[in-house]
Amino acid sequence: MIAENFTYLYHGFGIASDPFNILLMVIGILLGVIIGVLPGLGGANGVAILLPLTFSMSPTSAIILLTCIYWGALFGGAITSVLFNIPGEPWSVATTFDGHPMARSGRAGEALTAAFTSSFVGAFFAIVMITLIAPLVAQFALQFGPAEKFAVYFLAFASFVGMSKEPPAKTIVSMMIGFALAAVGLDMVTGQLRLTFGITELLNGFDFLIAVIGLFGIGEILLTMEEGLEFRGKAAKIDPRVVWKTWKTLPRFWMTSLRSCIIGCWMGITPAGATPASFMSYGIAKRMSKNGKNFGNGEIEGVVAPETAAHAAGTAAMLPMLALGVPGSPTAAVLLGGLLIWGLQPGPMLFVEQAEFVWGLIASMYLGNIVGLILVLTTVPLFASILRIPFSIIAPVILVICAIGAYTVNNNVFDVLMMMVFGVLGYLLKKTNYPLAPLVLAIVLGDSAEEAFRQALLYSGGSLTVFWSNGLVSSIMGLGVVAGLWPLIAILFSKLRGHSAQPA
Amino acid sequence: MEQAHGAGGTGPKQRAVEIGTALLTLLFGLIVLYGSYLVGVGWGPDGPQAGFFPFYISLIILGCSLINLVQGMREEDRTLFAEWGQLGQVLKVLIPSCIYVALVPFLGIYLPSVLLILVFMIWLGKYGWPLAMAVAFGVPAFFYITLERWFLIPLPKGPIEAMLGL
Repeated sequence: MIAENFTYLYHGFGIASDPFNILLMVIGILLGVIIGVLPGLGGANGVAILLPLTFSMSPTSAIILLTCIYWGALFGGAITSVLFNIPGEPWSVATTFDGHPMARSGRAGEALTAAFTSSFVGAFFAIVMITLIAPLVAQFALQFGPAEKFAVYFLAFASFVGMSKEPPAKTIVSMMIGFALAAVGLDMVTGQLRLTFGITELLNGFDFLIAVIGLFGIGEILLTMEEGLEFRGKAAKIDPRVVWKTWKTLPRFWMTSLRSCIIGCWMGITPAGATPASFMSYGIAKRMSKNGKNFGNGEIEGVVAPETAAHAAGTAAMLPMLALGVPGSPTAAVLLGGLLIWGLQPGPMLFVEQAEFVWGLIASMYLGNIVGLILVLTTVPLFASILRIPFSIIAPVILVICAIGAYTVNNNVFDVLMMMVFGVLGYLLKKTNYPLAPLVLAIVLGDSAEEAFRQALLYSGGSLTVFWSNGLVSSIMGLGVVAGLWPLIAILFSKLRGHSAQPA
Repeated sequence: MEQAHGAGGTGPKQRAVEIGTALLTLLFGLIVLYGSYLVGVGWGPDGPQAGFFPFYISLIILGCSLINLVQGMREEDRTLFAEWGQLGQVLKVLIPSCIYVALVPFLGIYLPSVLLILVFMIWLGKYGWPLAMAVAFGVPAFFYITLERWFLIPLPKGPIEAMLGL
């Protein structure tokens, strides 16, 4: 089977290296970096806004464009963190700790080279992992019935509760709001209208794209406004000499890199995501490194660790999306929504029915990251100059882009109003520490999770024992229960050890 | 954001907003509960009824909202949600944006976009008219050309566009 997959991958490279697709990669990476650099536009939001533009493309080209925007956004976050001490994305917060001090002491080029190279290494590691593991996971998942499917969703959502640094009750509320919003509209099983309360605009339910654009786009602008953002950054010149010099020092940190790759892949597959991965990796590197005490003062290892982990996580989030139909990050959720719109059913059958698409995508990840590394290393000064445009010009333009994006999803002006509602909601929830990612994932997965749940119950005649009926489903459910109760387990452990009860 | 908390000035308390948000999610849970009840939450002849799944969702929302409500009440009374000045900044963006969104159904997307950019640049950014006008007309024009002409994606248009025959 593995040999067969390599044939597919080889064929995939043929598809991905088509000149048109390479052009899309370049456009995608550049757009992505812009999205990553601009405050108020994030990966998930950017992909959501641009998704409607791809409806007329072939699914392979469309997903190449969109995933490259995602890679670009991952790269872009590093530029603002290092040069301006502004994390354009939450996962680049940890990069500011050492990246910006490096830039302040005139080592901006070195910090950026280290950041981009580490990003590349992390992503590459995750892609190799996807290439090797995803087909096996998918094949394994082919045996899944509705109960197992629901168990996987349960595990995914329970991990959010366990891994999130927000209070569990808030994570659960946020998630359940997503499920409730997903339930609005026509019930696919009984054909009944539910939760619409006679409002015709709600017949089709809440589109997750509108929610993403509002929650992440508008919400972020409001937050940025509150902080009274001012851009005053360091100039960045990257010349080949600096790049070469930095590359020569990087192999010294191979252990940090490897560890960060593994942390990142793990956190990306369990949908904890890139942000906790970057923090965790930074924390561990600080503890393990012999220069640990100097972390925070411009230590290159402090840039390598979070960037490697963030990109490994961001890329690894594609594995459960492709193999199981469960996205590991909000951006992967938007991409999954795209697959559904293009008429592809994400999940294990994708590897069987749409092998060409899947392997074209995986090949494009390899090429996209190489193209990305070259592009960002050569274009940093250009993107840094975008940041000098004052916020009073960027903010209304982003608002217009968000409005256009929201409208084009369904060609409906009501969606533009809904986007604004979600925007205010996003600001409020963010300020009160309700995580937004589970909400978005629940809107995307709500219907599939509910369908799996109901089908499983139909089999069993309404008995919940169906979720514990065989070894496979019980072990997935068991893992889910442990993940969901993790905050409680952690408290229990620390009590047993005699420490004061501190929720993890 | 962290500096905002308790940094000297006055403003609404974090505690009040936490409680308010918890009450809001509680209300949302009740709406979902009622909506599920309307379509049946039990077991029909062909399996779970339409409200079955949302019903349990609403129960979880209600339960967790209550926990958050209690947690919110325990919140320290001194920490600020934001200072009034910061909220003023937010409103300066929020109010024009709401007006913008409200105008789109009537005037299409182009004219409100021009107005929005003008308001931001002249009122908030203190730019001169020439530059503001250039950006305000340039950006929508760019979207018109790229989206409507190249990608053939129609955007909402209003009476002005109809008059111009676009």
